[in-house]
Amino acid sequence: MDELTRVLTQALAELIAPTTAAYALAAIGLNLHFGYTGLLNMGQAGFMLLGAYGFGIATIAGAPFWLAFLIAMAAGALFALILGLPTLTLRGDYLAIVTISAAEIIRMLGRSTVFQEWTGGASGLKGNQFKETFQALSPLPDGRMALGPLEYINTGSDSWWTRLFAWGLVLVAVLFVWLITRSPWGRVLRGIREDEDAVRALGKSVFSYKMQALVLGGVLGALAGLVFVLPRSIAPDGLGRTVTFFVWTVMLLGGAATLFGPVLGSMLFFAVYMLLRAGMRTGLEGVVSSTFVEQFGGLLVGVTLMILVIFRPQGILGNKRELAFNVR
Amino acid sequence: MSDDTTVTPEDVAVAEAAPAVHAIDPATDTVARTLASVEPRVGVSKPDTILVADGVQRRFGGMTAVDVEHLEVQRGAITALIGPNGAGKTTFFNLLTGFDKPNHGHWMFDGKPIAGMAAAKVAKSGMVRTFQLTKALSRLTVLDNMLLAARGNPGENLFGSLVKPLWARAERENTEKALEILARFKLDTKKDDFAGSLSGGQRKLLEMARALMTDPTMIMLDEPMAGVNPALVQSLLGHIQALRDEGMTVLFVEHDMHAVRHISDWVVVMAEGRVVAEGPPHSVMQDQAVVDAYLGAHHDTDLGDDALLDPAVLARLEAEEEKR
Ligand SMILES: Nc1ncnc2c1ncn2[C@@H]1O[C@H](COP(=O)(O)OP(=O)(O)OP(=O)(O)O)[C@@H](O)[C@H]1O
Ligand SMILES: [Mg+2]
Repeated sequence: MDELTRVLTQALAELIAPTTAAYALAAIGLNLHFGYTGLLNMGQAGFMLLGAYGFGIATIAGAPFWLAFLIAMAAGALFALILGLPTLTLRGDYLAIVTISAAEIIRMLGRSTVFQEWTGGASGLKGNQFKETFQALSPLPDGRMALGPLEYINTGSDSWWTRLFAWGLVLVAVLFVWLITRSPWGRVLRGIREDEDAVRALGKSVFSYKMQALVLGGVLGALAGLVFVLPRSIAPDGLGRTVTFFVWTVMLLGGAATLFGPVLGSMLFFAVYMLLRAGMRTGLEGVVSSTFVEQFGGLLVGVTLMILVIFRPQGILGNKRELAFNVR
Repeated sequence: MSDDTTVTPEDVAVAEAAPAVHAIDPATDTVARTLASVEPRVGVSKPDTILVADGVQRRFGGMTAVDVEHLEVQRGAITALIGPNGAGKTTFFNLLTGFDKPNHGHWMFDGKPIAGMAAAKVAKSGMVRTFQLTKALSRLTVLDNMLLAARGNPGENLFGSLVKPLWARAERENTEKALEILARFKLDTKKDDFAGSLSGGQRKLLEMARALMTDPTMIMLDEPMAGVNPALVQSLLGHIQALRDEGMTVLFVEHDMHAVRHISDWVVVMAEGRVVAEGPPHSVMQDQAVVDAYLGAHHDTDLGDDALLDPAVLARLEAEEEKR
């Protein structure tokens, strides 16, 4: 019985974990790219890693928190501009290829010894090097706090303050995306997703809109990276292809082109993922190794994504009516 | 071409009976009267041109799809662009509207050179086109399709979009205008449906309605009647004439010769990329070069002849051509 409570508590904790918030943010960004505009960004982890580096390196260099925050955003925006300029005039598939390889390049550069002085190479930047400014910002009193079965320190790496900040940011992002996507601007994006030539024929500069979407989604990705590293160190391999793949799963699970889809998707994904792994670890203790559990968990994610795309392509919150007719 | 309907003589009879379209009468129609004094000769200059194209060439590999030496389009007139399949009409449209790049050539629209201009800018300058293969924005509602086309909405700017009061009024006015246009095209009851759920003909109508939403100076329609039912064709023709009467210039590609004959003030005929004839509708359809282009050489048939709608007559003509 105790074990069951422990497993359930672990899953519950995932619902509000900072990492869950980070994925939600990244998926909100990806949703702007893919859900609303139809852009195939296969390198969201690259944006996240750049955001994390931007924040970490700036902080270590002595920048105050909000300046480092802005630098992280700027890093994401710049990356989007560089990737978008040559590819957004081409067919959609090219952006996919360019983003997937660019994200890998960022990771490799992060690992390489050339920039080790700033990035810390493969071992990355330790948490205590860049978290002081963030934790100094905490309005919470010292000590610990329990909310139901969940108990954390108030201020620290894996703390209530980190959670508060991360989910606050998610809330702001959702509000922002709601404002821009309900507007005529959002309508142009959805038009581009359906058929960019038709939108061009109506006198809208498709390139400019795609670029705006890519930059905004990229900035959200960079902020997701910032949130992602608040409870851990900045390690290039922690933000690799798997992360991009998870972000896609999260977005498709919740429902592309829906406002709350990415948030719901992220919470559900990580809660269930944890339930499975913790459940297996506890239930099959001694039968299978913990590495097997991790690998099997990853495999299940892949299978889930496939089942999802085949049987419920609109995700949980998506509109069935939209798929009632043939989508090209 | 996929959604072309075959027109039977009965349909034409229905169309002929509807009152909406007034046949061109040079005595009352000022544009037609102006053009009546223009010599029907390829590349002839018109009294008041809105579009002038020079030496426009487009090759695909070794094949020359478009090779137009000189073409002028009269302002405020309905000009039909006809020609057999593969004549290069759509390619010519694509070039003019910036959707394709020519190997050679330049053209002026409204006195400004627009060759090489991006498609969106061409549209912004007032030359708006529709597509032969319709491009309905499937997962947008019919109304959203229309609203998307409206110009100058401050909410289409990223920063403007954040503040609803800035664009709420424009949106309201655009909605009113959109509903009015949709009603003309009998699509107002469909306004909340996804465009993807419309039938082929309805999509054609939506695309034309959407183009009108941009208030173009010149509208370019690529087979607007293809797949539209004959009774509606009749009222569409009426609308096109009304647009012309309001001062819009219309250039349209159409295979339905009756539509062409009824509403166009001027007809341009393309074959194998070149303009082979131009002139007022009645005379051009009797032009030998045109008949040759459509039916092969040596027929003394007028293309506007209803007899051509009869499969038996067509079969006989084809057989004759083969014997030659
Ligand atoms: N992208 C392309 N690549 C190669 N050839 C092309 C391309 N587009 C058009 N063509 C060729 O150019 C010629 C003209 O085509 P176009 O579509 O302009 O004809 P059209 O006059 O519009 O015919 P239709 O009445 O059937 O619509 C055709 O022979 C076609 O095969
Ligand atoms: Mg064509």
